[in-house]
Amino acid sequence: MASETQDMLARIAAAADLPALEAERVAALGKQGAITQLLKTLGAMTPEQRQVEGPRIHALREQVSDAIAARKAALEAAVLEKRLATETVDMTLPVSPGPQGSVHPVSQVMDELAEIFADLGFSVATGPEIEDDWHNFTALNIPETHPARAMHDTFYFPQKGELDPGFAEGAMRHLLRTHTSPVQIRTMQARQPPLYIIAPGRVYRSDSDATHTPMFHQIEGLVIDRGIHMGHLKWTLETFLKAFFERDDIVLRLRPSYFPFTEPSAEVDVGYSWEKGRRVVGGADGWMEVLGSGMVHPNVIRACGLDPDEWQGFAFGTGVDRLAMLKYGMDDLRAFFDGDLRWLRHYGFSAFDVPTLSGGVGG
Amino acid sequence: MKFTLSWLKDHLDTDAPLATIVETLTRIGLEVEGVENPAEALAPFTIARVLTAERHPQADKLQVLSVDAGAGEPIQVVCGAPNARAGLVGVFGAPGAYVPGSDMTLKVAAIRGVESRGMMCSVRELQLGDEHDGIIELPADAPVGAAFAPWAGLDDPVIDVAVTPNRQDCMGVHGIARDLAAAGLGRLRDIAVEPVVPRFDMPIEIRIEDAQGCPAFAGRVLRGVRNGPSPAWLQQRLKAVGQRPISALVDMTNYVMLSYGRPLHVYDLAKLSGAIVARKARDGEEVLALNGKTYRLDSTMTVIADDAGVHDIGGIMGGEHSGVTEATRDILIECAWFDPASIARTGQKLGLTSDARSRFERGVDPAFLLPGIEIATALAVALAGGEASTTVCVGRPPDVGTMVDYRPQRTRELGGVEVPEQRQKDILRRLGFQVRDGETWQVTAPSWRRDVDGSADIVEEIVRIEGYDRIASAPLPRAAGVATSTATPEQLAERRVRRSAAARGLNEAVTWSFIAEAEAAPFGGAAFALDNPISEDMKAMRPSLLPGLLAAARRNLARGAASVRLFEIGRRYLADGERPTLGLVLAGERGARDWRRGKPGGFDAFDAKAEAMALLAAVGARVDNLQALSPASGVYHPGRSARLCLGPKNVLAECGELHPAILKAFDLAGPVVAAEIYLDAIPAKRASGRTRDAYAPPALQSVTRDFAFLVPQDLPADALLRAVRGADKQAVVDVSLFDVFTGAGVPEGQKSLALEILLQPVEKSFTEEQLKAIADRIVAAAAKAGARLRD
Repeated sequence: MASETQDMLARIAAAADLPALEAERVAALGKQGAITQLLKTLGAMTPEQRQVEGPRIHALREQVSDAIAARKAALEAAVLEKRLATETVDMTLPVSPGPQGSVHPVSQVMDELAEIFADLGFSVATGPEIEDDWHNFTALNIPETHPARAMHDTFYFPQKGELDPGFAEGAMRHLLRTHTSPVQIRTMQARQPPLYIIAPGRVYRSDSDATHTPMFHQIEGLVIDRGIHMGHLKWTLETFLKAFFERDDIVLRLRPSYFPFTEPSAEVDVGYSWEKGRRVVGGADGWMEVLGSGMVHPNVIRACGLDPDEWQGFAFGTGVDRLAMLKYGMDDLRAFFDGDLRWLRHYGFSAFDVPTLSGGVGG
Repeated sequence: MKFTLSWLKDHLDTDAPLATIVETLTRIGLEVEGVENPAEALAPFTIARVLTAERHPQADKLQVLSVDAGAGEPIQVVCGAPNARAGLVGVFGAPGAYVPGSDMTLKVAAIRGVESRGMMCSVRELQLGDEHDGIIELPADAPVGAAFAPWAGLDDPVIDVAVTPNRQDCMGVHGIARDLAAAGLGRLRDIAVEPVVPRFDMPIEIRIEDAQGCPAFAGRVLRGVRNGPSPAWLQQRLKAVGQRPISALVDMTNYVMLSYGRPLHVYDLAKLSGAIVARKARDGEEVLALNGKTYRLDSTMTVIADDAGVHDIGGIMGGEHSGVTEATRDILIECAWFDPASIARTGQKLGLTSDARSRFERGVDPAFLLPGIEIATALAVALAGGEASTTVCVGRPPDVGTMVDYRPQRTRELGGVEVPEQRQKDILRRLGFQVRDGETWQVTAPSWRRDVDGSADIVEEIVRIEGYDRIASAPLPRAAGVATSTATPEQLAERRVRRSAAARGLNEAVTWSFIAEAEAAPFGGAAFALDNPISEDMKAMRPSLLPGLLAAARRNLARGAASVRLFEIGRRYLADGERPTLGLVLAGERGARDWRRGKPGGFDAFDAKAEAMALLAAVGARVDNLQALSPASGVYHPGRSARLCLGPKNVLAECGELHPAILKAFDLAGPVVAAEIYLDAIPAKRASGRTRDAYAPPALQSVTRDFAFLVPQDLPADALLRAVRGADKQAVVDVSLFDVFTGAGVPEGQKSLALEILLQPVEKSFTEEQLKAIADRIVAAAAKAGARLRD
């Protein structure tokens, strides 16, 4: 019996394929199978014999069925392995990344600025781009004959109909805003101080060369509160530029200058250094002008219906495109507005580069 | 404003080195844009004497010179100048010297076989002028061997300062010197006015008829002048600052203007007839100005005229006819005060700029009429001789000296700098202000500081002279705790839709707000067109974002892009306002050719719809409730486009394939699909806090059933979908359309729409009876919409 069992187990182990294994299973465990026959003998035995033979035969049956299962698993694994061996692909073949979208650097920088200034307590304000000359000039302390008006290279719309005699000559003529400063006026007129706002947006000047385009983007900052002085202005600009350029070695130089809507006025230079043949913000190898700023002129505060003896504050403005160029290294402003996909993909940002304070405001 | 260091030192007694002066100018608000010393380029050139001049053996027009450049041995130089001769003292450049006028570096060379070791230079070669007829001839006593530039007075750095529009007083060297003196860089020299003794009475009448435009006019006549070229020192100064010397009398006016910011005009008396009148021009009156152009004037402009006509566009430019020439013997000097606003308006209208205008429109010192004419007379006599008349001054310049109430604490309160009161007073007084003490000071601005009219101006004066670098940074007040959010719902929506579009594979562009009128026309035309566009292509404020995007798409395709997906977020400029909008254009292939999928094919209207729906969903629009109503506006294909609406009036977006006529106009091969989302039309989400409605996923197994319906060909699929969704609002939780079929088995004029319907039991699993009842309701609802269950 033992040798028969050994033969049976050997045949199972040697079964070449699943049909051969099935034949062995039938031979051992099928209705007429050897083990099945053995099990049938139990019925004719005495209880004493059964006591002895029963466990032996059942153990035998278990041994054989385990061997069959094991062989079956091995054979199936071999079959699978063989099939898989025929299913090889060239995984070096390239895959399409799908369309690669991008966010324009101007939008990205505006989001960065909004994030930085939100932390300083500033909200984002907007205003119309088709402005009238009261908001764009007069209310900003730039009367019609002021030389600064000529310096602005203004785009005008044709005068429609008669002028309102209540206004001075030329007032209420429509134009494209030459700066974001009219948003100062609209904000001061619409809301009560304290005011802490930034106003980014498109502005227009009839100027066109490598560094000037007839449309570009500015951002305006305005604070109106009690007891605000130039030290606050300087701190705000330093804090913002350090956060924006993500460098601690930002050095500012305020220079006296002139803007009709601020008094005192300051132009702001930032120190730059040379890195890999490029001028980068930070360090102090030289100065470059980045901002115009000053304390809001009492006439402007008054024009907006506020009392300049009670409220004072500062305003500043700078080019968003220029900030983008300084931070991300573009050197041609015109390319910003061309919509060239190659440029947009190179200088643009992933949708997921959302500027956050914890993740950093760099794209 | 350019001036030279020596010119500055005529007005400022200082030992300060150039670098300190330059640094201080910028520090006090007179930004230095450049400093150039012409002597630097001429450093290698020395004064030399020609000892002998022999004919070149090989060339008739050349000479072989032997030159004493002060270095012992004579130097042999081959020279082609006709005036080269023994004894001439000129300017010599040795081998190695860079000759700026001919952009070359001298070398030892053989010229026609004769060695030449340097060059005798012409005026042009040293960039000192245009003359090139011969080599420079210096006086015989010029020191041989000495450096040329310092000897010639060229070692005088030229400083270029950007004067801001409020500082007319610094459009003259004297004013700049005053600011530097106030900043501690030396002492301002007094203006020395040596009155010229009048020899006769003013012979002509001066009259003001336009007291608004020209409130004051001082005049003086000089007889017997000789108006030749001005002396070298004057020519040199004018040239150094970029002014062309013309004649002694014209140069005199420019010199006084540049020194004191005081424009003048000189007339040839022989060309004038009758009284000289400051009056308004007559409409249509013309004048030939000194720039050679004729200007047509109108009655808002102030002119200086005589009986015969206009001789001067007052304060802007003189007339050609009465200008001085070499033949001039008698002159009238005009020193007038013109109203700045009138000057600005006239200058703007005529498109005429001049040095005089830029000063008058900023407002010249009204107290400087008489000193100005005295200085001018003295200089004219010194340069051109002659005898002077008495001075006549008619009218009255405006009052000067605005008085401002000022509390010295304002410098700290506004400027953020603590400056001791005594120091504040010193600064103000050195700038010419008068200060009257008291708790509140009364500060009177000097006559030349028209820009000062409030205490903020006084603060600026003190802080700028003290130095903006003394302003210490002070943190803004900050609310306790974490910064709160500031963005408005519109701003958040714009950010979301932008980043959703980028995440979906679209590239954000920024295109011009202005386009050609012809491009705007099919999009409804431009409500606003510029009066003074930079070009006709940039004239019309865009009524749609699509023209700019289509032009960008065309450029990209022309550059070889296979697939273009562009979007832009910006404003449309309509008659009733500026509308925030997202525009997108899909052009070219869907993607690059791919080894897995082959040629991808072009975009279709449903690609545009998919983008529009996804982006609308991203900004919280209830896209389930949207109706697609065809067609969209006329720029789209009439059969392949739709308006996406909430109700018939509120159009949130348009999308579809563009009309072939539009593609043709933009020179694009089709199909090109597009969409515009009107961001301001999307209803605001009701504010409901952050908490969401309670929800737990249903525990019971859902059931999916497929139905195929036959519907008339022209029935919108949406009608069937809505009907089915409404058939059993509790059980039917989702309906998706997975097949549209026409052809074999579907009757003519009909189409088969196959739907997968998701049924969700709530309390107990559906029984077969319940499922049948639901199916019956679905079929019945579909039938009402015109659909029949397909067998």
